[in-house]
Amino acid sequence: MNIIALVKQTPDTAQLSASMDGLKLSAEGGPRIVNPWDEYTLETAIQAREEHGGKVTALCLGPPEAAEALKTALAMGVDEAVLVSDPAMADGDSLTSARILVAAIRKIGAFDLIVGGRAAIDGNTAATAVQVAALLGVPLVSYVAELRNLDPSDRTLSAVRLLEKARETVTSRLPALITVVKEINEPRYPSLIGIRKAARANIPIWGCKDLSLDAAAVGAGASGVEWRTELPPVREAHIEMIDGGPEDAARTLVDRLMEEKVI
Amino acid sequence: MDFELSEEHRMVERMVYDFARNEILPSIREHDRNGTFPHELLPKMAAQGFMGICLPVRYDGAGMDFISLGLLSEGLEWADSSVRETIAVHLGLHALPIFQWGTEEQKEQFLPPLATGENIACFGLTEPGAGSDVAAMTSRARKEGDTYLVSGEKMWITLSDVADRFLVFAKTNQEEGTRGITAFLLERGWEGLTTGTIKGKMGVRASNTGWINMDEVPVPESHRLGEEGEGFKIAMSCLDNARYTVAAGAVGLMKYCLEASVAYARQRRTFGQPIGDHQLVKQLIAQMKQRVDLGELAVRKVGWLKNRGMRNTRETSMAKWYCTESAFATASDAVQVHGAYGYSDEYDVERHLRNSKSAVIYEGTSQIHQLMQADYEFGNRTDRPLRCEMPAYDPEYWQQ
Repeated sequence: MNIIALVKQTPDTAQLSASMDGLKLSAEGGPRIVNPWDEYTLETAIQAREEHGGKVTALCLGPPEAAEALKTALAMGVDEAVLVSDPAMADGDSLTSARILVAAIRKIGAFDLIVGGRAAIDGNTAATAVQVAALLGVPLVSYVAELRNLDPSDRTLSAVRLLEKARETVTSRLPALITVVKEINEPRYPSLIGIRKAARANIPIWGCKDLSLDAAAVGAGASGVEWRTELPPVREAHIEMIDGGPEDAARTLVDRLMEEKVI
Repeated sequence: MDFELSEEHRMVERMVYDFARNEILPSIREHDRNGTFPHELLPKMAAQGFMGICLPVRYDGAGMDFISLGLLSEGLEWADSSVRETIAVHLGLHALPIFQWGTEEQKEQFLPPLATGENIACFGLTEPGAGSDVAAMTSRARKEGDTYLVSGEKMWITLSDVADRFLVFAKTNQEEGTRGITAFLLERGWEGLTTGTIKGKMGVRASNTGWINMDEVPVPESHRLGEEGEGFKIAMSCLDNARYTVAAGAVGLMKYCLEASVAYARQRRTFGQPIGDHQLVKQLIAQMKQRVDLGELAVRKVGWLKNRGMRNTRETSMAKWYCTESAFATASDAVQVHGAYGYSDEYDVERHLRNSKSAVIYEGTSQIHQLMQADYEFGNRTDRPLRCEMPAYDPEYWQQ
């Protein structure tokens, strides 16, 4: 099987300070990690390869430093890694990112399965992988909590999707794109032998030219989405004292809480 | 001069700390409270390649260097000293000495199951009446044909009840003092070999510490490590390995205490402000950071010396002495920053304080290290070349 794992490098939110810059987390110079959801992506892809053979290619769009996330992917056990990076691609919305990723996927070549995480913890749009599937014209199975049957010979997969109040079992033809949730597996740690291999690996970097993309069609300039919300939101709080004896006060308190839809 | 860790080292560091955070921290407080050994961690550590991290690939090791061994020790002890002790003893005091002193047959026979964690190993030097004074040991071995009969008792032995391989030292010549000591590799199940656990320790309660009793244990000649009478030199070279992991581990312990203290000092408020805004708390934090940074430098230098195959007994002793004393002071300061909460096991700094006391005693007390350092300065002590030196780290050889 040819499997492509979509990986993003994100700030380590466990080590972020509380400062906010518009809608983006201020993480300049802070530690960066593999998007935690993508650890499940990588584990899913590697397990599929271990079961069915073939090759896993980790694909990442990001700044040059994002190669570090791909090194982690290699250390975990993917076979190849490609970084898509170009200053022109910076600050794009999810659709421009999807267009770039699709161009890279076409350059990688034929695939049976693409795996992505349910979202990235920085943007948290949960849109990019969906848009990649749409642009490629392949079925999308999102929020996968269990891959029940992946059958490369029959060209089908069966998966359990984790929905808000239900689990849904669906089947799809291959090639397909799935996004996974943390219930699907327990990601492995990079092994020491994997780390040694990863440290020596040369990761190719593809820019706009390599992907025959017009620099004006990607990045911030080509994005249709504009973030206008101010963060952090203004907090409105006030104190209200309830008079009366304990029973009356409790009754009033319960009424007020129900009025405010707290209980 | 290059102070930067390589990309490979940074990946090892990140992986080890992730492992410590996810696999050790969630359960170690309960193990410490109950005095139980975290057996469930051994297969996980083995699967990650920790048990043979710096052994060559040809012996089923992970083929990493000595800086990586230091990073592993640091990351494990960031979570708990007990877990780091397993690596110090199994690898530093047993597997690495076989790599350094063993015959090729012994390396091929003994190292692969140690590197993969199939065998867990310990080190028996200390006796009830002989700790720092190694020459006072009473364990003895007499040869009958091609078999040695080893008798004696070893005390304060880490992993004694967990290990299935034992590197023990006994006198083959009673008249020769340290020159009469010989090293032997024993296996659990051999006739006359029994072990037990010591209870009631102040710290490292999640580590197994105990005794080994040997009553005429028959040890084939093929299980003698080094030459007859070479045991003291072997034991001292073992300590160069293990003391390095102890020093590196102490840096990890200090890092945990510093991180916890900074976090607590940010959120705990007294007199209308976070306690981190009070000057005397700032002083404690600054002193902790000073010890972390200086300790790290001392440890990295030893790792560098080891990678280059340079004798490092003096520097390792200095690093062990400085880092373990600093860890004790830092853990104590961390408890102070946490106030009454720090004095309870609700916070991990209390466990780190109890753990840190053990390391200023074992692997050479702080007093022994001070005597060593003074003797080096006065010229009373020099390190002579050994018959078998630990080779310099050569990635080509290690990773073939």
